[in-house]
Amino acid sequence: MVHFSPEEKAAVTSLWGKVNVEEAGGEALGRLLVVYPWTQRFFDNFGNLSSASAIMGNPKVKAHGKKVLTSFGEAIKNMDNLKGTFAKLSELHCDKLHVDPENFRLLGNVLVIILASHFGKEFTPDVQAAWQKLVAGVATALAHKYH
Amino acid sequence: MSLTKAERTTILSMWDKISSQADAIGTQALERLFASYPQTKTYFPHFDLHPGSPHLHMHGTKVVAALGDAVKSIDNIAGALAKLSELHAYILRVDPVNFKLLSHCLLVTVASHFPADFTADAHTAWDKFLSIVSSVLTEKYR
Repeated sequence: MVHFSPEEKAAVTSLWGKVNVEEAGGEALGRLLVVYPWTQRFFDNFGNLSSASAIMGNPKVKAHGKKVLTSFGEAIKNMDNLKGTFAKLSELHCDKLHVDPENFRLLGNVLVIILASHFGKEFTPDVQAAWQKLVAGVATALAHKYH
Repeated sequence: MSLTKAERTTILSMWDKISSQADAIGTQALERLFASYPQTKTYFPHFDLHPGSPHLHMHGTKVVAALGDAVKSIDNIAGALAKLSELHAYILRVDPVNFKLLSHCLLVTVASHFPADFTADAHTAWDKFLSIVSSVLTEKYR
């Protein structure tokens, strides 16, 4: 089980309060699909993913990105119990969606990069370290029920 | 995996901006690496790794200079980094997993310094470039 110090929790929640979840979610998922095009395999029914601008402007990508990041918000409210928080979603990603957990790590890192570009200097090495711990914890939690 | 013409252009055009802050970027990427992935510090028992340390500054500058060499010979990165490749294979022997970690921290640093330039396409180009550099540096490992 991942343990977060009070400082790490503060680093995460203070930044999260300033994040526009809808925008950041769309950007994170969009960038995942652009930078790692093989991840598009899960989104055949999303319509036009033929270029970076098509992907970043795609309404289905934006909507789904918002969904994903909103769920991430739940993780932040439950940093001491990520496995419990994501148990059902983990089963879903394994049994119904068939997503390789490597994709969770890729998305987590893309999210960190987006936060860096939004927050600049404020996204210090220590703040990044707290977020890396969180995204790694979320990825592990989502993979936990795989069988 | 190789860079498209457009990706090469993106990298070359961004490189001027990046190299103007080479020291800061190299130093910060390393600070981020050691903060997020403390296991990477095991390769530097001989360094003072506290933020602000001259060792960090010196080494960060070195790393970015080497990336600059790769950018200047972007059509032949393997040639440009041949000596560094041997160094990593026979002397340093840094486990290959760590190149991904440093690459990620370099991307984070560049994104935080140049958010407007770091579009999704630029992100792709840089991710690919660093991935190629990492392959070259581990090419002679076995």
